[in-house]
Formats: sequence, C-alpha cells, structure tokens
Amino acid sequence: MASNKNINITLKIWRQKNAKTKGNIETYKLDNVSTDSSFLEMLDQLNEQLVGNRQEPVAFDHDCREGICGMCSLYINGQAHGPAHKVTTCQLHMRSFKDGDTIYVEPWRSKAFPVIKDLVVDRSSFDRIQQAGGFVSVNTTGRTIDANATPVPKHDADRAFEAAACIGCGACVASCKNGSAMLFVGAKVSQYALLPQGKVEATQRVLSMVRQMDEEGFGNCTNTGACEVECPKGISLENIARMNREYLFASVK
Amino acid sequence: MALDSKIPAGDISRKWTDYKDHLKLVAPNNRPKIDIIVVGTGLAGASAAASLGEMGYNVKAFCFQDSPRRAHSIAAQGGINAAKNYQNDGDSTFRLFYDTIKGGDYRAREANVHRLAEVSANIIDQCVAQGVPFARDYGGMLDNRSFGGTQVQRTFYAAGQTGQQLLLGAYSSLSRQIGLGRVQMYNRHEMLDIVKVDGKARGIIARNLITGELERHSAHAVIIASGGYGNVYFLSTNAMGSNVTAAWKIHKKGAHFANPCYVQIHPTCIPVHGSNQSKLTLMSESLRNSGRIWVPKKKEDAEAIRAGKMKPTDIKEDDRDYFLERRYPAFGNLVPRDVASRAAKERCDAGFGIENNDTQEGVYLDFSSEIINKGKQTAYAQGNHHPSDEEVIKLGKAWIEEKYGNLFQMYEQITADNPYEVPMKIYPAVHYTMGGVWVDYNLQSSIPGCFVAGEANFSDHGANRLGASALMQGLADGYFVLPYTVSDYLANEIRTGTIPTNTAEFDAAEANVKGQIDGFLNNNGTKTVDHFHKKLGHIMWNKVGMGRNEQGLTEAIAEIAALKAEFYKDVFVPGTADELNTELEKALRVADFIDLGQLMARDALQRKESCGGHFREEYQDAEGETLRDDENFAFVGAWEYQGDDINNEVLHKEELKYEYIKIAARNYK
Ligand SMILES: Cc1cc2nc3c(=O)[nH]c(=O)nc-3n(C[C@H](O)[C@H](O)[C@H](O)COP(=O)(O)OP(=O)(O)OC[C@H]3O[C@@H](n4cnc5c(N)ncnc54)[C@H](O)[C@@H]3O)c2cc1C
Ligand code: SF4
Ligand code: FES
Repeated sequence: MASNKNINITLKIWRQKNAKTKGNIETYKLDNVSTDSSFLEMLDQLNEQLVGNRQEPVAFDHDCREGICGMCSLYINGQAHGPAHKVTTCQLHMRSFKDGDTIYVEPWRSKAFPVIKDLVVDRSSFDRIQQAGGFVSVNTTGRTIDANATPVPKHDADRAFEAAACIGCGACVASCKNGSAMLFVGAKVSQYALLPQGKVEATQRVLSMVRQMDEEGFGNCTNTGACEVECPKGISLENIARMNREYLFASVK
Repeated sequence: MALDSKIPAGDISRKWTDYKDHLKLVAPNNRPKIDIIVVGTGLAGASAAASLGEMGYNVKAFCFQDSPRRAHSIAAQGGINAAKNYQNDGDSTFRLFYDTIKGGDYRAREANVHRLAEVSANIIDQCVAQGVPFARDYGGMLDNRSFGGTQVQRTFYAAGQTGQQLLLGAYSSLSRQIGLGRVQMYNRHEMLDIVKVDGKARGIIARNLITGELERHSAHAVIIASGGYGNVYFLSTNAMGSNVTAAWKIHKKGAHFANPCYVQIHPTCIPVHGSNQSKLTLMSESLRNSGRIWVPKKKEDAEAIRAGKMKPTDIKEDDRDYFLERRYPAFGNLVPRDVASRAAKERCDAGFGIENNDTQEGVYLDFSSEIINKGKQTAYAQGNHHPSDEEVIKLGKAWIEEKYGNLFQMYEQITADNPYEVPMKIYPAVHYTMGGVWVDYNLQSSIPGCFVAGEANFSDHGANRLGASALMQGLADGYFVLPYTVSDYLANEIRTGTIPTNTAEFDAAEANVKGQIDGFLNNNGTKTVDHFHKKLGHIMWNKVGMGRNEQGLTEAIAEIAALKAEFYKDVFVPGTADELNTELEKALRVADFIDLGQLMARDALQRKESCGGHFREEYQDAEGETLRDDENFAFVGAWEYQGDDINNEVLHKEELKYEYIKIAARNYK
C-alpha cells in the first residue's frame, strides 16, 4: 500500500561548476518530502527551494523518468542508482528512506565519464563504442527480405532481447573498481551474436568494439561482478563470457 | 497562403507507387554536395538521418539529450502495427488503412494513411534485418498481439519495451553512419530558431547546452523530428524534456500549425499521487488484452474503498461494474483510447472512482480472471488436466510475467502495490499529440525546404491515434517517405553550393535567440519556471482536457494570455548563458508552451463538434458518445502565425475528402 508520509532529510550533494573546476560536497536540508515521490522528484523539490532562495539548482541528468532511457545516473549513498535492487534512480522512491536520513548524492565516478557539471557526466564514450561496430550493416533505405524468412529460435530471440534491454546508463562502469565497460559492451556484442542477422559481421564487430572500448580509457574486467549487481536491467555476466568467447574466436580467425 | 496538400492523382492503392516513380532524383555523385539538417533523433529523426546518410548526403543531426539513444521514443511500450497478416486473421493493407482512418475519427488524410499502411510491412522487415529482437513464437516466427480499436492481431512487440528496441535499432543504423562520417551528430544541442533565406529553410541556430554557445548551421533542407507537445499539460506520460520549441519556432517563421487541439488522453496510466509529482506513467495498452477494467457498482463500496475500509478483492463479482464490457460489448476492454478514457471519467465524475486522494479519480485494471484462464491453459498444455488452484495461479502468474513482467515491476516500484495480487489502479492521462506542424503529402511544411516527421507533424492520425501507430508513422516517415520526397526537393539544389552562415539572415536569427536568453537572465523576477509551467498545465487540464466546452475554453484563452504576461514579468532564471543551465532550458521551452496552449484552446473553441480525442461537451448524443459534424468540420485546421498575440492567428482549412472509405459514425458497440 502507498505509504503517504512526509519525511525530513539532509542531503550531501557533489557540486562542481564545470569540468575544469574542483568540486565539493554541499549540505542541504529538505523538509516535507513525500515518501511517494521519486528520488528525482525529491531533487526537483530541492531545486525549487534553491531557486526560490535565488541559488543555483543542482544539475542532474534525467528524461523519461520511467527507467528506460538510461539518462539518469547518480551515486546514492555510495551505490549506483541507490539502494534498491534492479532499479534506476528515477524509479527509486523516497519510501526507501527514513525520516532524518542523511543521503549522499554524487555523480558517476569513472575516468571515462568526466563530470560536466554537478551530477552530470559525459557518457559519449558509449556512443563511440557503438559507432565502432555495434550494428548490422543493413541499408536503411532499401528493401530487405521478409521478416519471417529467417526463423529465429524463441530461446535465442529471448536471450538477444535480454541483452538488448541494456539502457546504456553506465552504472556498470561506475560501480566497477576498474571502471570497466565490459558489461555494456558484452550486452551489445551478445545481442547481435545471438541473432542470425548479426552473424555475418560478428568477427569484425567484436574486434572493433573492444578496440574502441580500450581506446576510451575503460579499465579491465577482473570478474568482480559488481556491475551485474548494480545493473538496473539485470544484464547478466554471461554476456561478458559470451563476448570473451566471441573475441577469442575472432582473434584466432 | 492557400494550403496545397499535393496529394497525387490516381487510385489510392497506386498513388504512392506511381508518385515515387515520377519524383526527381539526385544522382549519387551529387549527394555529397548537399547538406541536410535533422533536428531530433527519435524514431523519426534517427531513421531519417540514417537513411539520408546512407544515400550519401551530408547530414547533421541534433538532439538535446546526451545521446540519440535516449529520445522519448525509447519509452514506447506496447508495440508497432504492420499489415503483415502473419496471423491469417483477415488483415490487409486496406484493413489497416480503414482501421486507422476510422480510429482517427475521419479527420486524417486518406492518401497519407494509405501510404502508411502500405509501407508498414516493410518496416518490420527492415527492423528485423537490423537485429531488433521482436518477440517470437516457438516456431521461430514473429509473434503478434492486438491493440485497442482493432479486431485483428497486427501488433509486433518486444515485451513491454518495443519503443526501446525499435529506437536502438534506428540508433544502431545512425551510429553506423556516424562511424562512417556521413552523419555528424550534435548531442546536447537544442535548436532554437530556423533560418530562412529567400523564403527557403537554409539553416538553424542551435545552443550547445554544455557551453551555452550559440551555433550557426546551414543546410539545403531542414527536417524537424522533434516529437510531440503533450508536456504543455505539465503532467503527461511524455519524457521530461519533450517540448514544442523546434515546431513552434518554425511556426513563428511561417509553418502552419495544424489541429493543435487534438490531444490523446491515454486510459491506462497510474493516477496522480501528489502535488510534487513531475510526470505520469503509462501502463501499456496491451495490458487491456489481459486486464478487465471495473469500478464498484455501489457507491457505498467506492466510498469504503476510498476511505481504506475495503479492498478491491473484498468486492464480489456481482458488485463490480465492468463498464467497458457493459457499454461496448463488441470491443469490450479493447475500445479505442478516447472511448475508454471518457468512460472512466464518466464513472469517476459520477462518484465511483477508487483512488484514495483528493482527486478521487481512478479505476481498476484487474488481472485475476486472466491469471486463472492462462494458468489453466498452461496446465492443460503441459498435460496436467486436473491442476490444483495453487498450480493454476502459479502458472497464470508466470504467464503474465512472461508477457508483461517489466510493466508489473514498474507499477510496483511506483505505487508499492503488487499487481499480481491486487488490481492495478489506473486513470487517463495526456499521452500523445495528434496535432502538429502542417505538412503536405511530401511531409514538407509551408516553409519550402523545411520538412517535418513523426509526432511533430499532424499528418496521419486524425483526431485520435490508435495504439501502435505512432512508432509505425515515425519509422515510415524516416525510412520510407522522406528519402524520396526530400530528394525530389533537393534535385533543384545540386548547383547551390555550400550555404554561408555569415549572412544577415543568420545574424538576425542569432540576435533574436540571444535577445530572448538575455531577457530571461536579466528579468530578476520572483517565481520559478516550474511555477508557471504547473499553472499552465492546470488551466490546460481543467479547461482544454478530456472534456471541453465553450465557456471553459474562452476562459482558458484569457487566463493563458494573463499567465503569459505574468511569466515575462515575474519569472526568475538563475545562472548565466555560457554554461549548462537547466533552468534557462526550461524557461525557453515553457515560453513556447504558453503560446501553444493558447492556440490549442482557440483551435478547440472553433471546432464545434466532438471527434476522437476532442470532446466538446455540447456535442454528444443521449448516451454520451461523440457527435461529429462532418458537414462543417471535415477539415484540417491549420493556423498561421501573425505575431506575438496568439489571438491574431489566422485559421486555414484543408478540406478532407473521403473517396475510398465511407464516412460513418464510429461505433464500437
Ligand atoms: C510511455 C509511452 C508509450 C508509448 N507507447 C507507444 C506504443 O506502444 N506504440 C506506439 O506506436 N507509440 C507509442 N507511444 C508514442 C510514440 O512513442 C511517440 O509518438 C514516438 O516515439 C515519437 O517519435 P518521434 O521520433 O516523433 O519523437 P521523439 O522520440 O520524441 O524524439 C524527439 C527528438 O527530438 C529532439 N528534440 C526535440 N526538440 C529539439 C530541439 N529543439 N533541438 C534539438 N533536438 C530536439 C529530442 O532530443 C529527440 O531526439 C508511446 C509514448 C509514450 C510516452
Ligand atoms: S549493462 Fe546495465 S548498468 Fe551497464 S549500461 Fe547497461 S543497463 Fe546500465
Ligand atoms: S530518467 Fe530515464 S531511466 Fe531514469
């Protein structure tokens, strides 16, 4: 049942004017937060308070607020997307907190995701990895064969879908002690590796994507598994294993 | 200026094919000499940019998010229609065409809708070729489900994440073009004006949202694919950044804005919880395949539920009013969205709402019968002909989870209720906008060289969009229509050469944008941008919402004008122009929403009939169904900007002719 309570909290938020300046933690008190609010609605409320006091609001990334666009980020009390399991920051609700709580809010921490301002980071390295090969080279203006001409076993389609469900949020990178992007890249590689349409370019794809990933400054995977634990979409470590197999196979080809 | 829809002559089933055969082409060696700007990289923009890049044009694409993959299209849940007839249940191009025209309450263009139905099948082929993992059956074939307003199964889906998978497909094609250097992508850039030279669209002014810099970009054609304007209501199912600015800016420079009052209210959203709420969340319409909608039959029961003294599960079957099944036996829970939304409002207005808050609005969407049905089915299919009740329920829940798992999870996350155990609470909310920039058959606006695609244009949906048709339209426009029609326009541009940006036209447009930005930053008012946006939303929902009447609309027009004056006088925007400034971004968008809101009310006021999503309370029959006036209102209402005062905009009418579908009352009984 909906809880319908109001709580008072203290927020410790990372403020950083821009990429060039140093940041620091600022403390804010916020009263009357409805436990039915989402975490981002709570930040909206803080921002209304700040702007009302003629102060600068806290910049943070968000858009869909439905857990699907991958735009929201945030380290909350030291955890990517906060304490709830398999949940994005926008879907985290204030009923996960108690009256009087102090909450730490920080941006994703990773060399490959530089801070732009306050809680906003630059994740365009993910785009560049995908541009390096995360696609099927099909002519988007032409006609192609009938969609049912190539049956896809349900099991494969389902697993490809599970891999494709990655929202590109970067929590995996942010929660990895090495700053590795293997879960994200593994998910992409797996999606195409599992479908007949993606097979033709599989070798080239995995080599290019992995090369780009390394160039972007992401760290190595040491199988700690923190990424899987913090991934809001439950992307499984199997995808990393599949990518490694694909990579090995491609390298010896 | 008269409206020329440029609909080609000839039989409807041959129009597009014949027309395409006669469109001008640009030879491959000339394409690299031509620049195209695409504003927006949702389904419509990403597919257009990828296709035009593939053809060899120089494309520059813009989006305000940090990556094209995050466009609002990503949130679409239910599915995409296509006339494939894989199910052999009687579907065809004609039937999709027919359903869409009827679903649009006979206020859409026949020629456009037929073309949409024709290319729909190609879209699925295209997406599968890209590696979009649609749902499959055990034989490896694509699976389908049905959506409101149809009696065939033509909706293709990927769990409750169809928009995500389609957008990621288009994004991957776009990424390929970016990788190849044929598309230059400008993330975190917002288009704030269009630049016209000699009457033609020749470029844009965009603000780099990180540095605040105003940039000039020139091109031989500009495509606007900036999505819908539902956020004019503040609360809607749209992503927070969705806005009307790009569309409104071209409107101010001469593009007519058509049917702004046509807003779709979606029946199955999670009800409002409180005053700090920032948006409403949709529960996909596909849930209506399995859920039954009801409220208590007795007022006492509804009151007891609202007071928290009774639970929905305490109410006996006989005491439940399955009002859609009662009123519309032929379509039942699958009536179109406008019908379902109004029926829910009617019950709540009559005092049967179940939500325990000050609105008292909400109805149940109940999965308990489906859990039992599907549980039994699965048990039988497994050879178990005498399953226990627990087994049935367990199997039924598993079936539901497979089909709708992510939606159920989302619902629980937001409400803290478990929908496997208690019915969902739902209520209608603003969802999709059928109005938009007026375009001709080529998807060209009334500014030559400025094309508009996807939800940002008005073209294919009439007064009421059927489910699963917006994704279809976005991809049809981008993959299969614009590549032809934009090329036809560009065939005359191969000798133009690069368009310089150091001209008086670019100077003026940039100065205009700069003036607006400085105006906000120096305003020194006392109220936040959201304060005004919420106020606007309040007026819109109450007076230009699910039901409209002459008095309310007249009041809304005056109230919005007053709000506009107050906004410019009293808004406070902190920070500076040369940095990431989210309050400034919002202020620029809300300014355009305010103008648009007033135009929506004016459009709704002149349309003295009820059709689809536009319900004028004065025009209804004895049973509360919509009364259309085909004699006087079978037209597209396209507004022409006349300066700051929206009251001066001039209405142009494009008459709608139905030659292939007999216009009839829409009946879902
Ligand atoms: C929750 C939800 C569920 C839905 N489910 C379905 C469904 O099941 N089936 C269906 O058919 N439809 C569905 N819809 C509708 C459908 O998703 C949208 O109509 C469609 O995706 C719109 O696509 P688009 O490409 O036109 O615009 P969008 O996807 O909104 O893209 C707009 C683009 O424009 C950019 N942009 C906007 N303004 C500017 C500017 N000024 N400068 C630069 N860039 C700008 C944005 O960054 C973005 O890239 C759903 C909608 C919602 C909200
Ligand atoms: S793998 Fe998970 S954590 Fe990483 S980007 Fe994808 S959804 Fe986010
Ligand atoms: S805002 Fe889109 S996933 Fe959180």
